[in-house]
Amino acid sequence: MSEVQTGYVTEDGRQIGDVMLDLRAITLRFGGVEAIKNISFDIREGEIRAIIGPNGAGKSSMLNVISGFYVPQEGEVWFHGKKRPPVKPFQVARQGIARTFQNIALFEGMSVLDNIMTGRLNYTKSGMLAQAIWKGKAEREETENRERVERVIDFLEIQAIRKTPVGRLPYGLKKRVELARALAAEPKLLLLDEPMAGMNVEEKEDMSRFILDVNDEFGTTIALIEHDMGVVMDLSDRVVVMDYGKKIGDGTPDEVRNNQDVIDAYLGVAHDE
Amino acid sequence: MLYREAGDYKTSYEADSQTFPIAFDRYRYWFVLAVAFLVLPFLVNDYVVNALLLPFLIYSIAAIGLNILTGYTGQVSLGTGGFMAVGAYACYKLMTAFPDVNILIHVLLAGGITAIVGTLFGLPSLRIKGFYLAVATLAAQFFLVWLFNKVAWFYNYSASGQISAPERFVFGVAVTGPNTPAWASYLVCLVFVTFCALIARNLTRGALGRQWMAIRDMDIAAEIIGVNPLKAKLTAFAVSSFFVGISGALFFAVYLGAVEVGEAFGINKSFLVLFMIIIGGLGSIFGAFAGAAFLVTLPVFLKLIGVDLLGWPTDLVAHLQLVVVGLLIMFFLVKEPHGLAQLWRVAKEKLRLWPFPH
Amino acid sequence: MPADFYYGIEVVLNGLMAGVMYALVALGFVLIFKASGIFNFAQGVMALFAALTLVGIMEGQVPFAHLINATFGTEIHHFGWHVPALLAILLTVGVMVIFAWAVQRFLFRHLVGQEPIILFMATIGLAYFLEGVGDLMWGSNIKTLALGLPQGGARWIEDATAGLGGDDFYGFFIDKLDLVATLVAIVLVAGLIAFSQYTKHGRAMRAVADDHQAALSVGISLNFIWILVWSLAGFVALVAGVMWGAKSGVQFSLSLIALKALPVLMLGGFTSIPGAIVGGLIIGVGEKLFEFLVGPMVGGATENWFAYVLALLFLVFRPQGLFGEKIIERV
Repeated sequence: MSEVQTGYVTEDGRQIGDVMLDLRAITLRFGGVEAIKNISFDIREGEIRAIIGPNGAGKSSMLNVISGFYVPQEGEVWFHGKKRPPVKPFQVARQGIARTFQNIALFEGMSVLDNIMTGRLNYTKSGMLAQAIWKGKAEREETENRERVERVIDFLEIQAIRKTPVGRLPYGLKKRVELARALAAEPKLLLLDEPMAGMNVEEKEDMSRFILDVNDEFGTTIALIEHDMGVVMDLSDRVVVMDYGKKIGDGTPDEVRNNQDVIDAYLGVAHDE
Repeated sequence: MLYREAGDYKTSYEADSQTFPIAFDRYRYWFVLAVAFLVLPFLVNDYVVNALLLPFLIYSIAAIGLNILTGYTGQVSLGTGGFMAVGAYACYKLMTAFPDVNILIHVLLAGGITAIVGTLFGLPSLRIKGFYLAVATLAAQFFLVWLFNKVAWFYNYSASGQISAPERFVFGVAVTGPNTPAWASYLVCLVFVTFCALIARNLTRGALGRQWMAIRDMDIAAEIIGVNPLKAKLTAFAVSSFFVGISGALFFAVYLGAVEVGEAFGINKSFLVLFMIIIGGLGSIFGAFAGAAFLVTLPVFLKLIGVDLLGWPTDLVAHLQLVVVGLLIMFFLVKEPHGLAQLWRVAKEKLRLWPFPH
Repeated sequence: MPADFYYGIEVVLNGLMAGVMYALVALGFVLIFKASGIFNFAQGVMALFAALTLVGIMEGQVPFAHLINATFGTEIHHFGWHVPALLAILLTVGVMVIFAWAVQRFLFRHLVGQEPIILFMATIGLAYFLEGVGDLMWGSNIKTLALGLPQGGARWIEDATAGLGGDDFYGFFIDKLDLVATLVAIVLVAGLIAFSQYTKHGRAMRAVADDHQAALSVGISLNFIWILVWSLAGFVALVAGVMWGAKSGVQFSLSLIALKALPVLMLGGFTSIPGAIVGGLIIGVGEKLFEFLVGPMVGGATENWFAYVLALLFLVFRPQGLFGEKIIERV
């Protein structure tokens, strides 16, 4: 990239790096409906970036654009200083972007362990024949992946449910397993779609702690959608505010809190549209 | 405490992901193998082999194959009969074109050819899902049967339109043709069953199996976390068809000896194998065996009761069999969608706690 | 105009007639699928069963005679009476309603909320079961259905078109039965549309098809609607069974036309009644024309697979069918 990128230092003293993901003038339409209207923002390395906004503002669609599931009609996605060509979602995952889903998307027919192991798929290089014989490279890879996964399991404190079928778990634990699956992929950028939706206060505290720890220990960049304003203001370094598919605010939590458009959107001042 | 896993500690991840993590299961598995290979060949007679063992073993391979596609990857196929026909005809063409090559290699190659055909017919699965795909696989079923019926090259221009297996030997013993001893055909099928089951087990417990199951459980999420749906689905079609092809080849060469395609590999064969995995258990290798055993013995059993014991006419028993099979399918889908395999797991859970269930 | 051209037209006309038959079966599928999301594989066997029952009742057969005789060593076959066609049809409709109730009560009530593919496989089991029951009840020999429907070529069409393609051309051969079937199909579709548009239960049916939960919340009984829909599908099956049965005898192969109706649905979309009809016509004309033009070159009998391959190719390029709505996938 031509322009020089510089990071900044957060309030709590963390060094934030260069721009990792840059979304430029993204517009996404479904038929005649514009879900996202000409939105640009960036996510910097090491940052916790929040996307907030009322229901139907286009936040989840934004994440889907980032993970390649929706292809925007206009605009560009730049990742690590390169313009991203049209890609399939699984290729995005291989570039190091992992995510969780608003409505938990675990593989219900598999155990917790197997679910998290699917996060390691991008690190499996052995071919079908090797796996069929289950010797040599295939077995070594399997064991190494298992070790990595066990580390994630320890980190998220879900050792006890390792072999439980996912379908039997309560909601809060499912959310945690989903996070584990995303972490097992050792992503550079982690997208969290409402990681705390439907949780009680204690569960929210746990989840907040995990998010901060992930960012702190592994240096993972995180973009999250969340409705709980308290959580957002506490966790995030910078916040994007969306409303009706448009960006109405962008900045540190304090800046956003004092932004008149944002206050209007949340307090329900009449729109001109 | 007949069945226990307590005290069976694992000290490595290899040990934890082995085929039978519980020691008791492991011993039983070796015991079954030993009996099957070392004891049964000396005990069996023609009737037992032809009425029970051969169909059981051969259908088990087909059921494992279909289970990989349907049970593990979630792609319902109604084309199993057609793919078995590919295996049978590939085997026949190979046997007659290269008479000096070992029949076992022909059977494997027939599986390989079927895998290619299966992958070809699997291509639409990338765009078509659910029962749309199930109906699309009917295209494979009907087209393939028609092809083998109409193109004389496939049956070497024989007047009857049938194919019949020439005599072939393994270690000097006939394994195909009319002079085959019962134990020899049994052993050939057993070798293939063991081979297929091991491969299937290895694939399903590893990375590829997880990709398949991820596609089955939630294909969109699977793709977003990095599963290439093209690769996952096509490998499932390939591996599945490989097994189905082997079973078709054995069904023709070792079991029947001569087949007419519409009769041996019609749409009813597709349903039969599908029923086996529903009754046995979707997504379970053991289930494939259980389902095959069940649906192979059921007609024999019904005939024994109906015809031999009660003296009913055979067609009446055949109709009754339809009713029973239909009822069983509905029963299992309502009560136990995971089939006999799940009943077995529940029984093991109970045994583990017995005699102190609380 | 060369004679071949007129032969081609005749093939198309006959294809259209065959298409009407396919559409009749497909219609039953659409009814059930719309209201309950169940892909009813047993629709073809239902047609067979309904036709068997109709013949059995008309001829005064003793149900399960075969089984009873085998069990008790008796020799009963007939009650010794003949039931008039109209009454027999009413009685058969009654049987199909009971069947609809039983299916709902004993099968699908226990499968609420299951994945569509599980429901689909359950209906395959249902198909086997019903086929076995049909054989047990009425025997599996081929039966002729003597409803007095007109048979044979329609002379007046033949006469009117004779000589169009030169002196050797004898005119279009069209089976009168096919004409009757077309008329019946038109009446049936009109009736169904009128029922769903203008009656209370019809509106409830459409509400259920649109949204189960919303329908429940305004006080519609899902159970009742599903039984109603299965009964309607049973009635459609009876009509289809009668038409096919009159054409080629009531026999097992009748249930195989259900398989032919599947590609029809894939073309037309599973939820569209016009789609079922257009799809049926396309498949009917397509397979007859293909057999006429290409069949002789490849050994014939292409009708066995043409419909499926056509539907397969079509789906690859338009997965939602002709009239289905484009699906936007969500996570």
